[in-house]
Amino acid sequence: MKTVFLDHVRSKLALHELRGGDGQPLLILHGLGEQSPSAVPISLEQWVGPVFALDFTGHGESSVPLAGGYTCEALMSDADAVLAELGPLTLMGYGLGGYVGLLLFGSRPKEIKGLIISDGPGLDGGGDKATSPQLLHVKAADLIGQTPDPWALAELASDIRPRDYAADHVRQIEILAGLDVAIVVASLGRPAWLSEIMTSAVVTDGDVGVGLSTFSRP
Amino acid sequence: MSRGHAAMTSSEVDRVRSRLPGAKRPERSRRVDVGGIEVAVVEWGREEDQPVALAHGGFDFAGTWDLFAPLLADSGFRVVAWDQRGHGDSDVAALYTWEADIRDAAYVIDSLETKDPVPVLGHSKGGGMMNQLAEVLPHRVRAVINLDGIPNKRGFNTQIDRSDPQALEAELSGWLDHRRRAGQSSRRADTIDGLAERRQLMNPRLSMDWLRYLVTVGAKQDPDGWRWKIDPTLRFGPSGAWRPEWAIPRLRGLRVPYLGVIGTVEEEMGWGTTPEEAFPVLPDGAEFHALADTGHFVHIERPEDIASLVADFLRRVL
Repeated sequence: MKTVFLDHVRSKLALHELRGGDGQPLLILHGLGEQSPSAVPISLEQWVGPVFALDFTGHGESSVPLAGGYTCEALMSDADAVLAELGPLTLMGYGLGGYVGLLLFGSRPKEIKGLIISDGPGLDGGGDKATSPQLLHVKAADLIGQTPDPWALAELASDIRPRDYAADHVRQIEILAGLDVAIVVASLGRPAWLSEIMTSAVVTDGDVGVGLSTFSRP
Repeated sequence: MSRGHAAMTSSEVDRVRSRLPGAKRPERSRRVDVGGIEVAVVEWGREEDQPVALAHGGFDFAGTWDLFAPLLADSGFRVVAWDQRGHGDSDVAALYTWEADIRDAAYVIDSLETKDPVPVLGHSKGGGMMNQLAEVLPHRVRAVINLDGIPNKRGFNTQIDRSDPQALEAELSGWLDHRRRAGQSSRRADTIDGLAERRQLMNPRLSMDWLRYLVTVGAKQDPDGWRWKIDPTLRFGPSGAWRPEWAIPRLRGLRVPYLGVIGTVEEEMGWGTTPEEAFPVLPDGAEFHALADTGHFVHIERPEDIASLVADFLRRVL
């Protein structure tokens, strides 16, 4: 496994090349509190191109920001730094990484070539409706610069994901990506944001293998 | 820097500031740790007086209170303000959110070392922040004063039409493009006049004397010119998943004495909330003033009037 570090805004992001090769890259986006796998998971071995995995800010080998402030949009921007580095790619997102993948796809609809969403930590976020705001706390003794950053765990488990926000992103994909199938949903979990995008013509149900073969076609 | 250069600079700053005799730099300053980074806290008025905490608006800094705060301090208050993370003299952060800004505000209030709840005042974004602070820490907030930061269902004046795919693509990808460059970028260097003229595009109702004064506070002088201190990685938009309508019932539900003030002349930096929209969403018993011929920066356009409204309100409710 080769690892490069991308300087992005004020973070150093660890991008791992799990397997080299030619063809369209697959980028793995891990779930909340997780980190990149150290080898290509068996379930993804059939992918024909190179396989990369990103550690989000505050996760894995990436840097830990001071004093929190995490949003899914900031993580989307982490993944966009990989897009700038590697060029067009296909996304494999677990849990939180699936939602971040949707945000990036909706924001860069012409450069993402497909997204597979599977179960993982942080799939639900804080739900789709406004909840009572709270002042989050992290024990100072826990802030020792290690990953996963306790602020990430606290802040990214409570972000609100309204249906219309997810719908805005999938509509951008429908109109601008030019794909018949853009997203394959392989998760058992179906929080509101995910149920919402299932109504789109470019989103289908299917397991990870179906997703990989769908997006492997030239 | 040579001594001659330093002397010239100081006289330039003195000259600019002398045109605004009412403006007064804070009497005390300190830094407060907000969980790994520090924010700059400043104060006007006697330390033994009743504290009032002031939250500035987005892309502003505590120095924007330099006209208003001394007047409030003269009315018998210990006026405490701070630069939000990434703004003014506070540390920059790697990440910015609304929630983190409110958390930082709570740290500043903690730093006052009083168990008594504290009245808070916010302008624009700061007003929205103080609404939420009063909801999450009702036992720490004695009263809320909101200066042109009352939400409406339509959102900000600069909001795009999200159903327009080209407009939404431009907003979303534009933000990501900015992030791709942001690590290397710095604010553009210019003269005091140059920075003041650029700011006037966003603050068209404020005088050039005031905007030049602001440069001497909110910008720093590098060898090649003056630069705003604000973190160059900060940028307006996209508004993300947050919806303005969430804030409305919460505002209505606050149980603290509440003073709402809006300017009725719409401006790009403002929220565009009309008096008809604002009044019905304020808490029961709120005092409300819609100021004619006044824009978004009510405390800069009319510092004496606002200071007297605020001091009078606080004397009645505390």
